[in-house]
Amino acid sequence: MHTLKAPTRRGAMGLAAAAAAVALLPMPASAQLAPAVQAAVDRVRGNRTAQEGRITLRAPPIAENGNTVPITVSVESPMTAADHVTRVHVFATGNPTPEVAVFHLTPAMGRAQVDTRIRLGQTQDVVVLAEMQDGSLFQARTEVKVTIGGCGG
Amino acid sequence: MAAPIGQPRVRLPAQVRAGEVIEIRTLISHVMETGQRRDQAGNVIPRDIIKRFEAKFEGQLVFAMDLAPAISANPYIAFQFRAERPGRFEFTWTNDAGESRSATQELRLA
Repeated sequence: MHTLKAPTRRGAMGLAAAAAAVALLPMPASAQLAPAVQAAVDRVRGNRTAQEGRITLRAPPIAENGNTVPITVSVESPMTAADHVTRVHVFATGNPTPEVAVFHLTPAMGRAQVDTRIRLGQTQDVVVLAEMQDGSLFQARTEVKVTIGGCGG
Repeated sequence: MAAPIGQPRVRLPAQVRAGEVIEIRTLISHVMETGQRRDQAGNVIPRDIIKRFEAKFEGQLVFAMDLAPAISANPYIAFQFRAERPGRFEFTWTNDAGESRSATQELRLA
């Protein structure tokens, strides 16, 4: 005798539809972060407000291998002595620790762009904060879906 | 004992004109052990990563990066540089134990 009720096909379809609807909602950059991630972002932010814009964060929308996900961060800036990007902080919202990297930039670069490869333990967002020389702060956020060894994620 | 810091590889464009912004690509062999993994006996494998990268041109810091365990094994780092004059680059990678490895590269202008 079955004492536990097996999930019905209809129930499963309903759940799948609900999950799809959630996945289609746009992800605002201000969407709630996990407490540990928010704390890490707040340590950089201090009492400043991060503005949208100026940052281009390139990452694959779907990463086959979460062990090596290429990212490119570029920030619109003249990169002169008087007006340049000083630091770029990269966070991952779903890793064991939120910090990924801090880039320290100088006017000698001529262009504010850095590439690296990062580890993402599961599907999650990458959040970037860019600090300008005048103390202003910009942020960007993008989701990367991670498929590790075909196990899903 | 810290994992070995492998041979660094640095790539500059072959032809560089004065005033051009170039991309400098770097790669170094390193396990980047996160400190999250366990061995077969269930013991945590201690964290052991490259935690700092610095690029200097003629002794002046051009770009630096603080790395966390979330940087992939064999860290790849590429950054931009405005080539105004010829000179010497020095790149340094430092691990958790404070050991470092450096590479130098000459920038020549066409």
